[in-house]
Amino acid sequence: MQFLVSRFNPERDDKPRQQSFEVETWRGMMLRDALLEIKRQDESFTFRHSCGEGVCGSDGVNVNGTNRLACITPVSELNAPVEVRPFPGRPIIRDLVVDMSQFYNQYRAVEPWLVRKDPMPEQEILQSPEEREKLDGLYECIMCGCCSTACPSFWWNPEKFHGPQALLTAWRFLADSRDQAEEERLDALEGPYKLFRCHTIMNCVEVCPKGLNPTKAIGHIKQLMLKNAI
Amino acid sequence: MGLVKRRFDALIIGAGGAGLNAALQMARTDARVAVVSKVFPTRSHTVAAQGGVNAALGNVMPDNWHWHMFDTVKGSDYLGDQDAIEYMCREAIPTVYELEHNGVPFSRLDNGKIYQRAFGGQSQNFGGAQAARTCAAADRTGHAILHTLYQQNLHARTHFFDEYFAIDLIRDDEGAILGALVLEIETGEPLLIEAKATVLATGGFGQVFRTTSNAHINTGDGMAMALRAGVPVMDMEFFQFHPTGIAGRGMLITEGVRGEGGYLINKDGERFMERYAPNAKDLASRDVVSRAIVTEVKEGRGCGPNADHVLLKLDHLGEEIISKRLPGIRETGKIFAGVDAAREPLPVFPTAHYAMGGIPTDRFGRVISPAGTGEEVVPGLYAAGECACVSVHGANRLGGNSLLDILVFGRAAGLDMQEQLREHHRPMNEAGVEQAMARLERWDQKGEGVGVRELRDEFRKAMEDHAGVFRTEEIMTEGLQILRKLRDKLSEVRLQDHSKVFNTARIEALELENLIDCGMAIAVSALARQESRGAHSRPDYPKRDDINWMKHTLYYRDGDRLDYKPVKTRPLTVEPFPPKERVY
Repeated sequence: MQFLVSRFNPERDDKPRQQSFEVETWRGMMLRDALLEIKRQDESFTFRHSCGEGVCGSDGVNVNGTNRLACITPVSELNAPVEVRPFPGRPIIRDLVVDMSQFYNQYRAVEPWLVRKDPMPEQEILQSPEEREKLDGLYECIMCGCCSTACPSFWWNPEKFHGPQALLTAWRFLADSRDQAEEERLDALEGPYKLFRCHTIMNCVEVCPKGLNPTKAIGHIKQLMLKNAI
Repeated sequence: MGLVKRRFDALIIGAGGAGLNAALQMARTDARVAVVSKVFPTRSHTVAAQGGVNAALGNVMPDNWHWHMFDTVKGSDYLGDQDAIEYMCREAIPTVYELEHNGVPFSRLDNGKIYQRAFGGQSQNFGGAQAARTCAAADRTGHAILHTLYQQNLHARTHFFDEYFAIDLIRDDEGAILGALVLEIETGEPLLIEAKATVLATGGFGQVFRTTSNAHINTGDGMAMALRAGVPVMDMEFFQFHPTGIAGRGMLITEGVRGEGGYLINKDGERFMERYAPNAKDLASRDVVSRAIVTEVKEGRGCGPNADHVLLKLDHLGEEIISKRLPGIRETGKIFAGVDAAREPLPVFPTAHYAMGGIPTDRFGRVISPAGTGEEVVPGLYAAGECACVSVHGANRLGGNSLLDILVFGRAAGLDMQEQLREHHRPMNEAGVEQAMARLERWDQKGEGVGVRELRDEFRKAMEDHAGVFRTEEIMTEGLQILRKLRDKLSEVRLQDHSKVFNTARIEALELENLIDCGMAIAVSALARQESRGAHSRPDYPKRDDINWMKHTLYYRDGDRLDYKPVKTRPLTVEPFPPKERVY
């Protein structure tokens, strides 16, 4: 099977180029296995990866135009030649490795930690199964960045718009019955950019490898703002 | 250009659960703490832990830390240190509450308390009925814990060095650890971090075996750094093979599946665990279940066209339980085995999973090394988590005790270190820095040679063939010869890629050196131990031998030397659990 992978080494190249590799495929082969095979042929080929089972979120790449996690993308689902590029819109460090610092900055900007103002009980803070269920579809995010780097609003305003990943996280804490910073969280999301640059294009929903729905989470935040405003 | 230096009160190497929990204790003080991680923290392998963390909260049925302690001692096949085990089982309870307060989204019971499930080797009343002690966030508990700890560290403004690779510890002539030389992966530039105290929290080294549940990054960096600094590693022959990896691939299927009521069958559809562990059956200890599976396959009762695996049946649990309690493994089964576990059984086989052994520490996380007739603390050095050996797991770790270990002892190290920080920085040892730089510069050698991947593949294959579930004198002696040859071949390895920016080939070369050091420690320690205990199973010495072998192995890199030290059988406050025959 033919793979066209993006190559860029800042010590040598002015701009990225596509290089072709031929890889023998096998039943059950994932895209990550193919990338490892390419690295076997040329050790200078560079990409991030680790767990190999879709939980660490290291190996997000753009394959045939879509952001996906390489380790859980079967090559049998892909049309040859398979074009593998780095995430769009992020500065390229080398080959498929991009600089994700803007993405992480936006994550930090939503203050992604549980805030509890009441004194802590001696045992656990109680939470009913129904309250806990509200976190399903939110807490599972692996921060791979597939969503935010597929979002046109994030491409245009990565320093101002939080992007789908950070907003999903913001809602994860707003939706947690134990969190006591609703007002501060909502206030911090005011303004034309941080939240409201989402134009419900829904690329994020389409590409999320964990099947999460940031657009819906953003909708919930807007509803809550509206409710509190009335 | 001179080497860039940074100074911190404390340096933590590794950003999994142990490193992040240590950092969190420190960051809440005034101390300046640096966390160095070769991956962005939430990519650390704690993220992959599924089933949960043990604590005798008694939320589902009566429980007691003392019963947890008994189970852990028995699970360890009496090789665990009972003082550390008592400490861990007592601390488990406040540790889990603290996690919950920090925001971990645990699954819940109807009364709002943390959900707990049954796991292997758990009992009530010192060996009685099955207990339910494992606190779970569905089957993504490690992910939930790691992300929460990272979030709280962001809140506490911990200083992170993301994507920095630790090359070596720097040690002075008195043996004190002064910090470490690290490499910024993005730029390829070295950086010297000076610290009054250094914590190794680098996790395991499952990558030493070909088929493993471990991530690409689990290459034993911390253990190898300790070995190179002259510190021995302990009980390395005890390596856990998790019974249920996806056959042929190795991805983990949590023990929680069996905790929720799933069970194993062979090609005849027989629940074969009933023969091997009449009481606990599928929830026997992991070493017992792994041996049973390998035996079934060896004796021709394996499933599939090659009769090379068994089946894990859980479809009878029903769609609702599976989607609520085991959603992650359903996904994993679909992707990697092409099987919907809610409809058909999953093909499974043991997979290299966890190192019981590691850098010897006391229950405060301080690294200890033999000195004269006793032992002493290595000044300025701590270790916690899978890279450490306290020892709470002895010869076999219980499921759910791994997340517990990293949290309890990460925290203990973070607290104890605060004492150290009143002292001043010791003067840097320039010769030590040069030595560490030499390790890095060795990979600048150009020319034709053996490839990193080629040697790595050979080494991992040799480990799998010669240091697996069953080990005989013959297999291991042959293995050790092969491994020594492969170690010698390391000097012939050359990189072709010498660029500086994000050179992953160079990182993999450094990791290969680490893997080889860890693999040799396993092979040498295993060959010497002439008994069967926990995960170390010798068909030629099938019995446990408490008279000659109830002792910890210490392996030194220098000359592949072995030494031994006694097991601590005296707990902190309760009566010791004397060795008994271990049946489930």
